[in-house]
Amino acid sequence: MARQQGNDIDAITGTETTGHVWDGIRELNTPLPRWWLWLFYITIVWSIAYWIVYPAWPLVSSYTVGYFNWHSRQAVVEDLAALKAGRAAMTDRVAQTPLDGILADPALLDFARAHGRAAFADNCAPCHGAGGGGVKGYPNLNDDDWLWGGKLEDIVQTIRHGIRAADDDTRQGVMPAFGRDKIMERGDIAVVADYVRSLARLPVPANTDLAKGQKLFAENCASCHGDEGKGNRELGAPNLTDQIWLYGSSRDTIIEGLMNGRGAVMPAWGQRLDDTTIKALTVYVHTLGGGEK
Amino acid sequence: MDAICAERETKPIVPPGKEGFDPNSDGGDDSPLYAARTKVYPQSVTGTFRRIKWAVLVVTLGIYYLLPFVRWNRGPNAPDQAVLIDFPGRRFYFFFIEIWPQEVYFFTGLLIVAAMALFLMNAIAGRVWCGYLCPQTVWTDLFLAIERLVEGDRRVRMLADAGPWTFGRAARAAAKHFLWLMVAWWTGGAWVLYFADAPTLVRDLATGHAPLVAYLWIGILTFTTYALAGHMREQVCTYMCPWPRIQAALTDEHALNVTYRHDRGEPRSSIKKSEQLRQQGLPAGDCIDCLQCVHVCPTGIDIRNGSQLECIQCGLCIDACDNVMAKIGRPARLIAYDSDVNIKRRMAGQAPLTQLMRARTILYASIIAIVGSLMLYVLLTRHDFSVAVIHDRNPLFVRLTDGAIRNGYTLRVLNKRLEPRRFALAVDGIAGSVVEIAGLPLGSANIIEVGPDQTREFRVLVSEYTFALPASAPVTFHLTDIDSGERASAADNFRAPQGD
Ligand code: SF4
Ligand code: SF4
Repeated sequence: MARQQGNDIDAITGTETTGHVWDGIRELNTPLPRWWLWLFYITIVWSIAYWIVYPAWPLVSSYTVGYFNWHSRQAVVEDLAALKAGRAAMTDRVAQTPLDGILADPALLDFARAHGRAAFADNCAPCHGAGGGGVKGYPNLNDDDWLWGGKLEDIVQTIRHGIRAADDDTRQGVMPAFGRDKIMERGDIAVVADYVRSLARLPVPANTDLAKGQKLFAENCASCHGDEGKGNRELGAPNLTDQIWLYGSSRDTIIEGLMNGRGAVMPAWGQRLDDTTIKALTVYVHTLGGGEK
Repeated sequence: MDAICAERETKPIVPPGKEGFDPNSDGGDDSPLYAARTKVYPQSVTGTFRRIKWAVLVVTLGIYYLLPFVRWNRGPNAPDQAVLIDFPGRRFYFFFIEIWPQEVYFFTGLLIVAAMALFLMNAIAGRVWCGYLCPQTVWTDLFLAIERLVEGDRRVRMLADAGPWTFGRAARAAAKHFLWLMVAWWTGGAWVLYFADAPTLVRDLATGHAPLVAYLWIGILTFTTYALAGHMREQVCTYMCPWPRIQAALTDEHALNVTYRHDRGEPRSSIKKSEQLRQQGLPAGDCIDCLQCVHVCPTGIDIRNGSQLECIQCGLCIDACDNVMAKIGRPARLIAYDSDVNIKRRMAGQAPLTQLMRARTILYASIIAIVGSLMLYVLLTRHDFSVAVIHDRNPLFVRLTDGAIRNGYTLRVLNKRLEPRRFALAVDGIAGSVVEIAGLPLGSANIIEVGPDQTREFRVLVSEYTFALPASAPVTFHLTDIDSGERASAADNFRAPQGD
């Protein structure tokens, strides 16, 4: 079947070859089935139609918007609205149920914890850490020590109005800068620091005058931290006798606090988050482990 | 390549769609860009294999269309549809079996068994799947039957297509396409019934209240069925399906294939001529070149050219040829399920040999047996509840006001039963630890409840009051079903600070 001109016909398949030869193997020129070709043309038509109806071509400072006027942002907004609508049954129940009621209802508890976990990751984790583990100056929310109270109503108040935040009902209370503001002598501050460490049964130098420390403490600190140093949640004054130290328990750290004071700020989330989310966050934080009854 | 080709005693094979190809055309850039399909007009036929094919068609399509309506009582907390793929609920129900998403390995196993069964069928009797069982084949058969019913058999249809458009022809064509579309529509309709409660969905579909996605899927499947079974037909097998390519690589010389016994059929000649030849004592083949085998072939090929990619091995040419042999008084099965080995043996005067036990059949069968029994074992022994535990990542541990160390865990408890169950939690590994479940009152008996067919997460806090702990100590969480006493456990570690 070899022919004089044009390409060869492969004897086995009866198909024309392209004339290309690699290592003695000739390439068949198998024609496409017609339907395949039609599908190919249809995809071209489809892509042109696509350019017309959807955003497609970049222009100098904008792009072709397309006949449908479709925006990915609009699509996200719609998706979010649909998501909210889908959850409405549960979010409405959370909104209408008092906090202790949520804790008592397994379905609501599961939902609120899941919702709270997501909201915590978005809003709270940057300071308190993922999982609420806390870092120096930002309390660990898993433990059983609370500056401002660990009952549901305490937690929700703290989240909603913040601490030392720009909010009328925010929690107030400041640790003064005893050293910087010259309220106490430098030497006295070191004595008080040692006395405070002794309250928590931490080791102190043998020659420390604890009696003087106790006197100084009663004069300067007891008004907020209490005579025994057990703290006062009304003022956010921490319990100094336990094992938990927001800024650390070393002598230097305590002296630093006495010198310069302390007063970290937590935003008033009521100004930013809806009430359902705040309730969910409250339940989540409460069930992290330290929640008080 | 040439060496292999030289062995082939058959004439050059012209694939369908290439019959009109002119080998004398100029070639090169002037050659046609595409090959038009040569329409196949398969002729009706009767016989053993046709009967088998009808039976398979009735059974498989019957199962497909009716299965969604079969009910299976699972009690009040689960659907009562025997076979249901419940996407929103993330469950698959198959009669007494209920599969959860995390048990998707059952499908993996099923796919392995299915693939091996396909290979085994192929090693024993060639493309049994293609010829009898493949949806493409079954629906094409059904569509062909409708076409014959409405427009007549091969000859009538060919004549009509060659002639002018008359009113009758147009009416018949319209009726055919209408019936095709109806079948296609029912096919799509049955499909969606596997994904929702069938009777409810049928009512919703009829009253226009079904979800949009149901209509969409019916539309898609109506279109694909109509296009693939009505119009594409053998082209699906020739161009689109990967199986013929894989099949060709998996077959061997012992596999039964629909084979033209050229040792018996050649030299072919007309019926008169062969009689003359026989009277003269000259060799004459049984094939009388009546082309019946070609006319009945749904893929439009000539089996006498040897085994071909296009042949789906439906056996219809066997039926056609048997009918002819019966008429001319020659022995049946000139075309038959036969193997390469046996043709060679017969030509050498040896008795045919059927060798079912071959390395590959044994291998496929044992894989099927192993995977099948493994799946059965897992299915029969699986727990209908389980527990998994995740340790809090951050913080790893918490120091409490009194100096104790506490770890937080998330327990995920699965209850696969269709009634609610209560479990008692016990933690092993750390002596004297206090265990609390968040949301339950402290000191409660640590009994948790999981609803029917549900997964629930619990936050479990383990506090350790004896000091001097290693950095990491193993703990085990045991759950005991309060009613049945069944137990499941999960292990993790208790982390504690060092030094300080
Ligand atoms: S070739 Fe593919 S599509 Fe055709 S019958 Fe076989 S498996 Fe089915
Ligand atoms: S050659 Fe015979 S077995 Fe193969 S597809 Fe055609 S009719 Fe079926």
